[in-house]
Amino acid sequence: MSAKGRKSPVRVLIAKPGLDGHDRGAKIVARALRDSGMEVIYAGLRQTPEEIVRAAVEEDVDLVGLSILSGAHMALLPRIVRLLKKEGGGRIPVFAGGIIPDEDARRLRRLGVRAIFGPGASLAEIVRTAQQLARGVA
Amino acid sequence: MSRAGTPDPARAIAAGDRRALAKAITAVESGDPASDALLRAVFRRTGKIPIVGLTGPLGVGKSSLINLLVAHLRAQGKTVGVVAVDPTSPFSGGSVLGDRIRLERRPGDPGVFFRSMASRGAAGGIAASTRDVARLLEAAGFDVVLVETVGSGQVDVAIRDVASTRIVVLVPHLGDEVQTLKAGLFEIADVFCVNKSDLPGAETAERDLAELASLGPAPDGWRSRIVRTSTVVPSGIPELWKAVEAHERFVAEAPGHLAEQRRRLEQEIVGRVRDLVAAEIAARLEAEPSLRHLVDRVVARELDPRSAAERLLPRSRR
Ligand SMILES: Nc1nc2c(ncn2[C@@H]2O[C@H](COP(=O)(O)OP(=O)(O)O)[C@@H](O)[C@H]2O)c(=O)[nH]1
Ligand SMILES: [Mg+2]
Repeated sequence: MSAKGRKSPVRVLIAKPGLDGHDRGAKIVARALRDSGMEVIYAGLRQTPEEIVRAAVEEDVDLVGLSILSGAHMALLPRIVRLLKKEGGGRIPVFAGGIIPDEDARRLRRLGVRAIFGPGASLAEIVRTAQQLARGVA
Repeated sequence: MSRAGTPDPARAIAAGDRRALAKAITAVESGDPASDALLRAVFRRTGKIPIVGLTGPLGVGKSSLINLLVAHLRAQGKTVGVVAVDPTSPFSGGSVLGDRIRLERRPGDPGVFFRSMASRGAAGGIAASTRDVARLLEAAGFDVVLVETVGSGQVDVAIRDVASTRIVVLVPHLGDEVQTLKAGLFEIADVFCVNKSDLPGAETAERDLAELASLGPAPDGWRSRIVRTSTVVPSGIPELWKAVEAHERFVAEAPGHLAEQRRRLEQEIVGRVRDLVAAEIAARLEAEPSLRHLVDRVVARELDPRSAAERLLPRSRR
């Protein structure tokens, strides 16, 4: 049980690492998570791994969701997981959405990304998984 | 509150441990009783730095101004804590906190700490715990704390008692907004910021404001300053900060300074008593059947709510 326990809303950081230029998908997910009762810290586009990890620490989030379309997922996601661990946030679950080939997805899971959603994933599925990850039951 | 092996949080925070600070803010924000000890420990060391509130309607550029104010202050060697408040949805209890987007990245700079907060149902443009969160940031050693209010279109009055200087941000062609804001506007604004001055109409807006400001009351003798800024074609930021500093100096030297401090703290104490008593009575109502019987009698219209409330008061004045 975390120190906050009780009925404090889950805090989740949504960010978009990499260089691609639009964040519609990330915004839609942010709103869906809000509608499920979460406090969504929306950090926006083109965030470096360092900046994402810093935001996760300062905002003391329970969960990090990353949207990535640029194809740089194998470079960026493991780095974020590793930095998060280094900064004492190793227990914060990280999930990702984007166009990620199955083989990469398997490797990313082994490297500590807890859930990966392709373009076909439904919002309901993302929200459900996020809730479970935040509560430590996924 | 410290678990085995974790250092005393007050000390960790004072020593610059950012994770300890972030965790402490969460505890304060969620009303975790464990945070009481921490807030007690840090209070003595607070009340000394500028707590600058930025308020004004959605989209006027509060977050963008904060970004540039942070850069300006960092260039002067000052460290800055930021608290940005966004509204909680009354339907889901969730919120999207988007003020961080405007913050330029400052890789590895420990001189800035940015925290987003949801209002969690509090009226008045900030959360119930925002004042205490600002105190934690002061205890962590930041030289200045900036607070961005919700900016609902109403005057965010709660910032009045939390900030030492209040900036009301407006933009050109905000005629109707100013009319609706006017009621509380001049009681709140120590500094008016006419942002987006790269757009036409800024001079007119400044003139209109100056006219209104000259009519407005100035109970403590301070005359609100008006500063034109732009964050797109950066300008006016040093002037904005100078206006803040001028107000901070004025307040420190004003004869009514301590009386005002006293009024605020007294209000805080009374508010705290109200919360404590209400929580205690809610708990007793839950636990004691004889007290529930009192409610039954009100339901049956044998007793009225006022009388029932008086009987519930710890030391009733009856
Ligand atoms: N033209 C112009 N646009 C600005 C200026 N400052 C902010 N904006 C824009 O106004 C919008 C809202 O800014 P933001 O800082 O988020 O406003 P807030 O809601 O008050 O925090 C953004 O699209 C900014 O780019 C400015 O000085 N000039
Ligand atoms: Mg804002």
